[in-house]
Amino acid sequence: MSESVVAAEHDYIGLSEFPTMETTTTTMSDKTKTRDNNNDGLNFRATELRLGLPGSESPERVDTRFLSLNKTSCPVSGAKRVFSDAINESNKWVFSPGSTTATGDAGSGSGPGSSVVKDGKSTTFSKPAVPVKEKKSSATAPASKAQVVGWPPIRSFRKNSMASSQSQKPGNNSETEDAEAKSGPEQQPCLYVKVSMEGAPYLRKIDLKTYKSYLELSSALEKMFSCFTIGQFGSHGGCGRDGLNESRLTDLLRCSEYVVTYEDEDSDWMLVGDVPWEMFICSCKKLKIMKSSEAIGLAPRVMEKCRSRN
Amino acid sequence: MALRLPSKVLKHILSFIDSNEDRNSVSLVCKSWFETERKTRKRVFVGNCYAVTPAAVARRFPEMRSLTLKGKPHFADYNLVPDGWGGYACPWIEAMAAKSPSLEEIRLKRMVVTDECLERIAASFKDFKVLVLTSCEGFSTDGIAAIASTCRNLRVLELRECIVEDLGGDWLSYFPETSTSLVSLDFSCLDSEVKISDLERLVSRSPNLKSLKLNPAVTLDGLVSILRRAPQLTELGTGSFAAELKPEAFTKLSKAFSNCKQLQSLSGLWDVLPEYLPALYSVCPGLTSLNLSYATVRMPDLVELLRRCSKLQKLWVMDLIEDKGLEAVASYCKELRELRVFPSEPDLDATNIPVTEQGLVYVSKGCRKLESVLYFCVQFTNAALITIARKRPNLKCFRLCVIEPFAPDYKTNEPLDKGFKAIAEGCKDLRRLSVSGLLSDKAFKYIGKHAKKVRMLSIAFAGDSDLMLHHLLSGCQSLKKLEIRDCPFGDTALLENAAKLETMRSLWMSSCFVSFGACKLLSQKMPRLNVEVIDEHPPKTRPESSPVERIYIYRTVAGPRMDTPEFVWTLHKNPEIGVSKLAIK
Repeated sequence: MSESVVAAEHDYIGLSEFPTMETTTTTMSDKTKTRDNNNDGLNFRATELRLGLPGSESPERVDTRFLSLNKTSCPVSGAKRVFSDAINESNKWVFSPGSTTATGDAGSGSGPGSSVVKDGKSTTFSKPAVPVKEKKSSATAPASKAQVVGWPPIRSFRKNSMASSQSQKPGNNSETEDAEAKSGPEQQPCLYVKVSMEGAPYLRKIDLKTYKSYLELSSALEKMFSCFTIGQFGSHGGCGRDGLNESRLTDLLRCSEYVVTYEDEDSDWMLVGDVPWEMFICSCKKLKIMKSSEAIGLAPRVMEKCRSRN
Repeated sequence: MALRLPSKVLKHILSFIDSNEDRNSVSLVCKSWFETERKTRKRVFVGNCYAVTPAAVARRFPEMRSLTLKGKPHFADYNLVPDGWGGYACPWIEAMAAKSPSLEEIRLKRMVVTDECLERIAASFKDFKVLVLTSCEGFSTDGIAAIASTCRNLRVLELRECIVEDLGGDWLSYFPETSTSLVSLDFSCLDSEVKISDLERLVSRSPNLKSLKLNPAVTLDGLVSILRRAPQLTELGTGSFAAELKPEAFTKLSKAFSNCKQLQSLSGLWDVLPEYLPALYSVCPGLTSLNLSYATVRMPDLVELLRRCSKLQKLWVMDLIEDKGLEAVASYCKELRELRVFPSEPDLDATNIPVTEQGLVYVSKGCRKLESVLYFCVQFTNAALITIARKRPNLKCFRLCVIEPFAPDYKTNEPLDKGFKAIAEGCKDLRRLSVSGLLSDKAFKYIGKHAKKVRMLSIAFAGDSDLMLHHLLSGCQSLKKLEIRDCPFGDTALLENAAKLETMRSLWMSSCFVSFGACKLLSQKMPRLNVEVIDEHPPKTRPESSPVERIYIYRTVAGPRMDTPEFVWTLHKNPEIGVSKLAIK
């Protein structure tokens, strides 16, 4: 690190040390992202920001932590979202489970050699030199602004309370969030629902607006709750392998003991996945991950699927 | 021997000593004093639930009546600690149920509490009186119902900012049908509706009720009806104020408040419409504490309210108050001791935060008793900090959050070193300090040297090098908790000052440059520290030089943790390989 502390070094508009990041930041008018880049550039001059999966050879530090750009202010651990970001943002990213962590493995539930693919394309994930920001700018706009995890330091409780009160006053402070490219109800800036899981000691809250499809939702849920399902996914080693054209959600249903259900406006518990996504996020009030055996009454189709595949 | 104080006399003397710090000192004098002290201590405080085993605590303090425990590190509040890290209350409850059945009070902060846990509390402690859960999670309203129904002498039930699985409002009906001994009830963090009739009946049969904090689901009508039945309240957390503005609703509300002649503390006020604020005017002159931090009300309305609060000591407000509003506070609220200004838009895109450093300067100048500050704003200046330090040398807690990381003094473009130097030097009683903005190692040299009484220090996006950490760890005589995120340093300072870590409760470092090798070395050399490497995405192999995501170090006499999740590495678990096992295998 440079010894001298001169303001001139801290150039907020562009970072001379990092041409790659500079080009991306100048394409973005969003000051937030500029600031994020500043953090990276100033703090980690020796480290280029990369979406490097752990295990990818990098002589320098893999700056995965700064990839923990939490997209929303919902209380999801930012670091966990790195890989869901990877899936969400770009259709080209693929997990090769050999080099992923638990969260990645949970998603694919597979051994080495297979990959979870989107859009039928299979692109092996090699050492990328693409900064996260660039990825974000080229993909569809994220549900809300990129943020650094836990900054500014405001308790989740407060963030959630403010988010829900903001949603009741559409004209008040929420224009920026409404501007996101998202299908579904535009009035509410965030759509927090609680997610509980049977047997889990605590529940989570997620912002449904940050997901664009069931696929994204399911992978996020998997990651969130994977620590409670040790053995569930792994033991069904054969599953997910031929999930090329099927939603991950189906894999989840097929291969594990758990199904994802939701409570709709009429307070009925329904199986997630039956209605179009837009309808779903409009009517979903709560999510619950329950054991398939308990969901029998809800979702006869689940059982049918299981039977037909096995 | 002739000079020995008879233990009866010592016991009597100790009965006047409440402070645990003093009692800790007493217990170090000699063995007999240790024995007498431990047998008379009633209120036990454990700042880190992993620093000592529950059994050891129960054994040492047989007369324990009140237990306070803290679990997760502070940065868990900001989602920096992954879920599942730990902080489980159950082992403590189990141990206390077995060894200290006379326990009456339990206060938990940042811990994982389950319904089973709550049921155990209800079943095990016959004279249970006080349950306060702050920032806890893992339980549902069923657990609350168990407490309500079984603890017949319950006086205090407070759920402060907990994440609760809300299964409905039925829990409220579980309180005993006969009169209750409730003094304080706080369910402000629950979501679902409670039946107003249940609440009304509860309040009517709780003659000792002094503090009541409702959840946002309680409507204005509900509030009015509650206030009518509990005019003796000294602390009130309202429900939601969002309701159609009808003249008779306003009159009813006004009247209800004016009957609450003992009200000193007011909070809640979710969605409060400015038109309803005048209903509060009657209680303003008596208020000592006002939490408007969820009230999205603009400055003029806020000022109208605040200028009536001449006795106010504690004010929590959103930045919608603007500098001008803070200027008004400075002139009307002369008794102010604590100010917290929260951002109305919790985003990094903080361009439109309406308070600047000037607001805080006004308050520092006008409020002589100001000693605790939490202030969010976009940018700051050294000059402002120097003024604040000069005007308010009596500050005890100064937490400044300049939202834009690395923001320099926007007038001079210099780092905020001089400003924080002034704070550290000038505020000699400072116990808690959070710094932000652009800071170089120099700032930390000053802090290390001058902040002699600072016990808790929080740092983010700061410093130039390892030197910063070295300054802090080799200085800051009273440092007990140090939490650092996103700062560019690592091994050297940490290893050089390893001994310091045993004098502190804990050290948290995330997104810094601490290498895995250093963590291992520290673990090996310092057996009385638990060194936890918390990596959600650990690499497959861990070379010694690879940096870790987070490190949490704390002193302990309890030995290594047995309940670490897969993503936490400790020397005990993986002495050689040092690779966190993956959660799913």
